[in-house]
Amino acid sequence: MRYAYYPGCSYHGTGKEYEASTQAVAKKLGMELVEIPDWSCCGATAAHGKSHLLNIALPARNLAIAEGMGLDVTTGCAACYQQLAHANKRMTESQETREQVKKVTGKEYKGTLKVKSLVEAIGTIDPELIKSQVVKPLSKLKVAAYYGCLLVRPPEITGFDDPENPMFMDNMMKLAGAEALDWAHKTECCGASLGVSNLGIAVKLINKILKAVVDSGADCVVVACPFCHLNLDWHQKSVNKQLGTTYEMPVFYFTELLGLAMGISHDELGLKTHFTDTQKVLSLVG
Amino acid sequence: MESINLNQSIAKNADFIQHVGEESGQPVQKCYQCGKCTAGCPVAFAMDYTPNQVIRMVQLGMKDELLRSNTIWICASCSTCSTRCPCNVEITHVMETLRIMAGNSGTAPEGKAKYVEIMYNALLGTVERYGRTYEVGLVLQNNLKSKKLFNGADMGLPMLQRGKMKLMPTKVKGAAEVARIFSEVRKMEGGVK
Repeated sequence: MRYAYYPGCSYHGTGKEYEASTQAVAKKLGMELVEIPDWSCCGATAAHGKSHLLNIALPARNLAIAEGMGLDVTTGCAACYQQLAHANKRMTESQETREQVKKVTGKEYKGTLKVKSLVEAIGTIDPELIKSQVVKPLSKLKVAAYYGCLLVRPPEITGFDDPENPMFMDNMMKLAGAEALDWAHKTECCGASLGVSNLGIAVKLINKILKAVVDSGADCVVVACPFCHLNLDWHQKSVNKQLGTTYEMPVFYFTELLGLAMGISHDELGLKTHFTDTQKVLSLVG
Repeated sequence: MESINLNQSIAKNADFIQHVGEESGQPVQKCYQCGKCTAGCPVAFAMDYTPNQVIRMVQLGMKDELLRSNTIWICASCSTCSTRCPCNVEITHVMETLRIMAGNSGTAPEGKAKYVEIMYNALLGTVERYGRTYEVGLVLQNNLKSKKLFNGADMGLPMLQRGKMKLMPTKVKGAAEVARIFSEVRKMEGGVK
């Protein structure tokens, strides 16, 4: 299993735990993530509001470099995944688009690659292989797997999981020994960059999601996107402040929990940089 | 309330109706107003026109009202509407098309909508310069332009303490190639700021 790996701009910033845990888990699973050399920003989540062409050309530069590597692309960030998969679809479908984009990027992309989210890339590995790496099953843990928007919608672009009731992360959590709960807000939107531009709107969305998590009886939320993590983890405080709630809900990347079940150390998984206290969950895991 | 002569509006704005359909690639004329898009929209509460109203307004050629609306900027592009539409209208693409048209037409968005445009420009400004997003630059530019100087200020220290924000930008080797993408798109499309 070799992939051209697109880390995305948050890989050494707000999403650093995701990057650390992705690398650690990939190593355990024998998955080789070859970083796309000199990758650049995919344009999320702004280029779509400025120009259709810019929105395809920014991710296309990276697809063209990856095509030279001869490897299908994977990325952890749901927003980057959406950008890369969307550009890939548009260019695969239309020679005219490919030519127009080439004029802009100066790089040819023939359209030979598949773009997979990390959730799909790990979620399609033989379950027995994943199970064989689990040395500390998360048997005391109840989790609410949160997919958000861009990982599963629109299905014409994503297509690997059900857009209304996705199960990929739930199934992976079950392989790790946890109980994955059926809950109401799996695919509701967290507001994404409205957290930067209009926090007053975003806190209402985040509140609904956190309330549904609490109602489900989960010990924590599991995510697969640095933006979802930022909004649910960091802005949990903003929700408590603005709406008078008292949430203390830990938010984990799915790779962090897989890594814990695989016996990878907290340090290697980067577990110490969350905003909402994770100790409650970590003590359950042991 | 101001009345609108719909026949005149459709005739006068026929080019607009056609343009939105072609640019978005969406069969907007197929919408029969079931309202499923609005029922599922997570941000409808903050919009001046709901998603189903926007599609009807496109059918009716209500260009000025649409390009001035905050809806086209508030839309979070979550694609819940697109996924559920029984007529396969990807409403997200229609919203994006209208947003791009509004940006290029010089219609200055106001209030909540303005903050969205400022954020887009702040983010893309760092990408054009460095090839990747530079979060500190983005936040500073965003706060300066939106005149909300201390927006997210409480985030700075905890982020830095955790090494989640870098003070200095990372510039990719191919930054000039990325800048070229921006300038070529500007040349081809003219209006992109």
